Amino acid sequence: MAEGQGITDELKAMIGTMISEPGILEVERGAIRRYADAIDDLNLLYRDVEYAKKSGYGELICPPGFFGWPIKEGGAMKTLDTFGGPLDRAGFPRILDAGIEYEFFIPVRAGDILTAYTRVADITERAGRTGNMLIVTQESTYLNQNGDIVAKARSMLIGR
Amino acid sequence: MPKQLYYEDVEVGTELPLLIKKPTPQQLVKWAGASDDYYEIHYDKDFAQSTGLPGTIVHGRLKSSFLVQLLTDWTGDGGTVKKISVQHRGMDFPGEQITCRGTVTKKYVEGDEHIVECEIWTENPKGEKTAPGSAIVALPSRE
Repeated sequence: MAEGQGITDELKAMIGTMISEPGILEVERGAIRRYADAIDDLNLLYRDVEYAKKSGYGELICPPGFFGWPIKEGGAMKTLDTFGGPLDRAGFPRILDAGIEYEFFIPVRAGDILTAYTRVADITERAGRTGNMLIVTQESTYLNQNGDIVAKARSMLIGR
Repeated sequence: MPKQLYYEDVEVGTELPLLIKKPTPQQLVKWAGASDDYYEIHYDKDFAQSTGLPGTIVHGRLKSSFLVQLLTDWTGDGGTVKKISVQHRGMDFPGEQITCRGTVTKKYVEGDEHIVECEIWTENPKGEKTAPGSAIVALPSRE
């Protein structure tokens, strides 16, 4: 496999930009339950509406890190599509998740509609054990329908 | 249901109860559907190997979700996860056990919140930390 070339002009041009229109995410009870099933997390706050009502949350809440279902923009496949081509052209054909940071401010409840603003914070090069790699860092801010910030995220992916 | 944990119940060095996961290939498919991540390295062995991986691997976000559960199971409904940070340093493979662990590193009162900071991580069957990280939670106080 050829060594990565480094940060191309195409990638440099993405830094600081919002790579898409703001995402709109609908938070549905069924999607919360399905997400909780996928983690195998039995927490009743994600599953049992009566329990959630008595708990003080009032409604099913999302496991922290779940922001509902994208109905406009967003999603992991969009991320792969956006960066896959440019990273491949730069000589880094493989993409891996490098990490995630979340800050949670307000619980996300079933019935919320979130807007997600995501920008490319940085693209840097790093030497690894098996060759150099690029790290793409994105920053997202999620607002609910009341205009309150519910969470912020900083996600890192590796191109190798 | 997890019993409620209070700020007074924890000390620096307190270990979080272990959370054991052993995601099957089917669970990775459930996760793909639930999280909208259909990247083939997680369920298509031929594709995964064509990218140089030994086989399909567990999604990073599923592992970070396991670590969130480690925290929420520990804190109970009255606790809140305020921040979490996870770095994916190693791969985990379906069919292998992932042990989620944590220890309390700091506790302090900030304004009207009782804050506890933890080191958290996932461990593979060899004891290697595949997803090290940290978290900050707020706990209720008995006072």
